[in-house]
Amino acid sequence: MAVIDRRPGIRPRASLGRRLDVIARVGFPACMTVLLMLLTQAPLEIPEQAALLPAVSLCCVWFWSLFRPDNLPPPVVFLIGLFMDLLGYLPPGVGIFTLLAVQALALAMRRSLARRGFIWVWGVFAGVAVAAALVIWLLTMLLTFRVLLPYPAVFIAALSIAIFPILAVPFAAAHRSVADPDQA
Amino acid sequence: MLRLSIQARQALARLTLPVLIVVSFGVMLLGKADTLIAERARTALGDGLAPIYAALAAPLGRIHATITETAALWDMREENARLRDENERLRRWQTIALALDAENQRLKASLRWIPDPDASFVTARVVADAGGVYAKAVLLSVGPNHGIHKGEIAVDERGLIGRITEVGSRTARVLLITDLNSRIPVIMETSRAHAILVGTNGARPRLQYWPEGIVPQEGERIVTSAEANAFPANLPIGTVHYTASGAPEVEPAAMLQKLEIVRIFDYGLNGVTAPEPPSRPSPGRH
Repeated sequence: MAVIDRRPGIRPRASLGRRLDVIARVGFPACMTVLLMLLTQAPLEIPEQAALLPAVSLCCVWFWSLFRPDNLPPPVVFLIGLFMDLLGYLPPGVGIFTLLAVQALALAMRRSLARRGFIWVWGVFAGVAVAAALVIWLLTMLLTFRVLLPYPAVFIAALSIAIFPILAVPFAAAHRSVADPDQA
Repeated sequence: MLRLSIQARQALARLTLPVLIVVSFGVMLLGKADTLIAERARTALGDGLAPIYAALAAPLGRIHATITETAALWDMREENARLRDENERLRRWQTIALALDAENQRLKASLRWIPDPDASFVTARVVADAGGVYAKAVLLSVGPNHGIHKGEIAVDERGLIGRITEVGSRTARVLLITDLNSRIPVIMETSRAHAILVGTNGARPRLQYWPEGIVPQEGERIVTSAEANAFPANLPIGTVHYTASGAPEVEPAAMLQKLEIVRIFDYGLNGVTAPEPPSRPSPGRH
């Protein structure tokens, strides 16, 4: 894609190595998300492992939509959602819708949340995770015409809230270093 | 790339998210209208990912083995005493079983009993949990020329675990008996009454539709029924256990939480198997 750099300032010439570096940094959020999603499906033999996939996807989309929305654009989130539906055996479309909605919320709250501390980001994410788990549960029931136990939805929400800090700390470090295209 | 004014480009950027959300509803409708597309996409994805998970299985297995070994070293004394007890008990049962088996053979011989056909089986490794939050299934890694078909029966060393529902070129998916969509005709071993074992996505499937006048007994063994020609008779499934609310459930004999090696039996039954989609050429059996 031919991206024309319109930012002011003097920069080194765009050599091949530099361009590759920028691509790697821009692609970091999406690649990390997909890699983590794949890892949740590995035979780890953790009880209730299935809930890890939606939890990890929610955390990743929330974090990167808040802090690097340009590097995780909606079409990429769409593909990540489709991947989640296929890997997690959800009715197709459920994960796509949920993750896009999470991104929409993140983009809407971005300006006010980015200025506040981590506790705020985490606290709001708790609400978002509960809502997202509820949406997945309701849509799955609607699309399969079945009454499902609410317990897995509660577990997804709790797990998402619990693992968010574990993911957010390395993500925040990456956000300032390897995922920053300006440092290329 | 199209040359657009800055305003047009900003408007487009703002529109992407709403449009994609609408498209996601379209995907839901499409998935509802044609369930085969999702199934095929999943099988293809599973085929692609199975080698990665199979490669990961070895180091992960070593880590697990180390952890369990450390735990086992910790309470070896107690375990030893328990095992000695159990061994003694089992030896008593073994003599009874051998005597019964001999008697059974004699009775069958005098009745001119037609023996059940021998089933062929293949053994496969479980490479991934192919279920989700709202589905219970496992993914098996099978060779390229496996000859596994839909509807074949998966068993671990203790009992029935489920049936094959999707077959890819390198993988097969087993729908576990605990899945919400699982319905299995069963027989209660002491009363010989028929019933249906219904999966609930929970750890224990529920027993339903037993005949009037018969009550499943706590601890009664449940085995498969040959009715509907979907399962062979008398495969062990589990034991009856009543919940606090008084509903009979079945505690599976198979270790569904940690499946590693699974045997897939071909009994040549195709009672209630969905027909293979015609457009996909299925690999020949011979």
